[in-house]
Amino acid sequence: MSDPNTTESTNGISRRTALKGVGATLGAAAFAKAIAPIASWAKDQSVDEFLQNHYRELSPEQMQKVIERIEAETKEDYGADVTIKDAKPQAGVKFAYALNLSICVGCRKCAKACHIENNHDRPSGNSYIRVLEMKKGSLDMEHGRADYSGPVPKSDSFYMPVQCQQCDNPPCVDVCPVEATWKEKDGIVAVDYNWCIGCRYCEAACPYHARRFNWTKPQVPKVEITPVQGYLSNRMRPQGVMEKCTFCMHRTREGKLPACLEACPTGARVFGNILDPESEIRWVLENKRVFVLKEELGTKPSFYYFFDE
Amino acid sequence: MSKISTSESSASHLVSYPKFIWRMLVLATEGNWLFYAWMIGLTAVALVGLNAWAVQVTEGMGVTNMTDHVSWGLYIANFTFMVGLAAGGVMMVIPAYLYHDEDMHDIVIIGELLAIAAIFMCIGFVVVDLGRPDRFWHMIPGIGKFHFPVSMLTWDVIVLNGYLLINLHICGYLLYNRYRGIAPNPRWYIPFVFISIAWAISIHTVTAFLYQGLGGRPFWNTALLAPRFLTSAFVSGPAFIILALEVIRYLSKYKVGDGAIKILVNIMRVTILINLLMLVSEVFTEFYTGGSHTASAKYLYFGLHGYNALVPWIWTSVGLTIVAAILLLRPKITQCPVMLITACVLAFVGIWIEKGMGLIIPGFIPNTLHEIVEYLPNGLEWRVSAGIWAAGLIIYTLAIRVAMPIFTGEVSLKKDTHV
Ligand code: SF4
Ligand code: SF4
Repeated sequence: MSDPNTTESTNGISRRTALKGVGATLGAAAFAKAIAPIASWAKDQSVDEFLQNHYRELSPEQMQKVIERIEAETKEDYGADVTIKDAKPQAGVKFAYALNLSICVGCRKCAKACHIENNHDRPSGNSYIRVLEMKKGSLDMEHGRADYSGPVPKSDSFYMPVQCQQCDNPPCVDVCPVEATWKEKDGIVAVDYNWCIGCRYCEAACPYHARRFNWTKPQVPKVEITPVQGYLSNRMRPQGVMEKCTFCMHRTREGKLPACLEACPTGARVFGNILDPESEIRWVLENKRVFVLKEELGTKPSFYYFFDE
Repeated sequence: MSKISTSESSASHLVSYPKFIWRMLVLATEGNWLFYAWMIGLTAVALVGLNAWAVQVTEGMGVTNMTDHVSWGLYIANFTFMVGLAAGGVMMVIPAYLYHDEDMHDIVIIGELLAIAAIFMCIGFVVVDLGRPDRFWHMIPGIGKFHFPVSMLTWDVIVLNGYLLINLHICGYLLYNRYRGIAPNPRWYIPFVFISIAWAISIHTVTAFLYQGLGGRPFWNTALLAPRFLTSAFVSGPAFIILALEVIRYLSKYKVGDGAIKILVNIMRVTILINLLMLVSEVFTEFYTGGSHTASAKYLYFGLHGYNALVPWIWTSVGLTIVAAILLLRPKITQCPVMLITACVLAFVGIWIEKGMGLIIPGFIPNTLHEIVEYLPNGLEWRVSAGIWAAGLIIYTLAIRVAMPIFTGEVSLKKDTHV
């Protein structure tokens, strides 16, 4: 009985106990107050979304339900009526992209088209494409800058747009702790927006600055929202998850071309199925001296660059 | 052992274990005014942090200063440092058990409790860094999708949780037996002690591999990263434990022998110098070779193209570490508490900067397309981080508050039954 606390008078102990009770009550009240913002946030989260399984585990019926729910949520949050489709990779197709650095003028129309097509957050002006202005005479990105301005093209520069390279050996896929990102059969690296936990490990791992995080809930005016959307591509993304270029899979899997290619005024961009011997992309790969970015990292990009001369 | 005696002893556990738990709860809420003031202060800070985090979850992580360019910030910096602290906790364990140093035996538990508190803080820093903490269950093997063994992050989840369980087991087992007044059976804890020593190295190595394995980030992509992690952990861990021992010595009635502190100082003397040596080696490789790989190191130490937000941080760190090393090398330091405490605080803060902001942020600057976007944490990030530190200190204080009287025999089952 050497502890001074236990030698106190009975009176002292009961007063102490009462104080402890008051303390605990105050503490609990303060806790509730501190956590209050979460309670309001939780109200907007649906139980179905919380329990939703991984994209690749969903049965067609479950997928149907999920799509209906997300369409309704888009209506509620943005006021827009959208149709969400889930186009699958086609057999015998593997996509590749090539970009002619001799004729790209750095107008950033591709980046703009991406911004619109993929329903990017308007205030941040986000896009999956960054165009680098590079000094002629060096291919080292250290001599490039993305924040150039003024009339283009400048005579001492060439321009190099960079977007997801859809690597065949993608570090972003390897590092994801929950398999929220993976490589589809046609070579496109996809993200399940309803499975990603937002750890941003993939963003640290990607050597091409290709991934984008939804730091806030994307804001897009109702009239500008694309009415037909892809489940794994340009549908509205939730806050707190990762996204990236999908080679516009909602278009390309249905035989159309990516939005960035259609927007390019110079024809610098070539897109197609490398498994098709007649395709233009095959011709470029076979006849031009193409190169990939950061080849030494072993990421095996499906995105090629070349010069005309 | 006959069947009867086993069932008897398990029946007695049914009585004594709840008593043990209850006694710990009672102990945890008792103390002098200083204890209460300290706990109330920490609770207030923790609640401020909790509130800041709640705002972050609601509004999105855009309320932090992180961007797509610098996508990890103060949280992951603290996480990295905290893993080191957890591993450093076992510094007490190694001499005690490997060399049968009696002086250390009694206070080993202080280091292991530190490991436990540090792991809780690690988990906290990971959770606040998630964009979708509500989807945490996606990581649970079985119900979620655990990308093992490819993703290094899943390895980290395993080693950190394993380390937590091992240390909880050792501490719980030792305390419970002390409480019952029974000599602990070495079979039930000595193997775990050795596992925990090896495991401490693994949590460090795996965490270093998280960064080291990323080919696209040259600043991290160096083989020296993991060894340097270990050395600096073995500076910050002992430094914190010495500070804790000094606090216990001056603010409570428990006796802390000089022997333990001397051993810890000796450890720090070696590790802090190795750490400085590795720093020199790293800086030499970066700057003598040159080339674009050097950009991040240039940015960190001298600034790049006029951007230099981290320069004051890293030189503060280097300065603090050097001063701490000089102080520690003085032969009489253990006899001069003021100097010892100063050295430990300097070393601790120096490593915190180096293994946190100094390691994580330059990995992102310049970014993979060689753009330079700077980062410094904002008020909200500081509040959240302070909240986690406060919560960790609450856990550590309570743990020591409970463990010390039981360990010294001041509180025991016998005394409790006779009251
Ligand atoms: S470019 Fe980046 S995001 Fe795209 S597949 Fe390669 S590593 Fe992944
Ligand atoms: S941010 Fe999402 S997709 Fe990227 S690694 Fe983390 S969980 Fe995977």
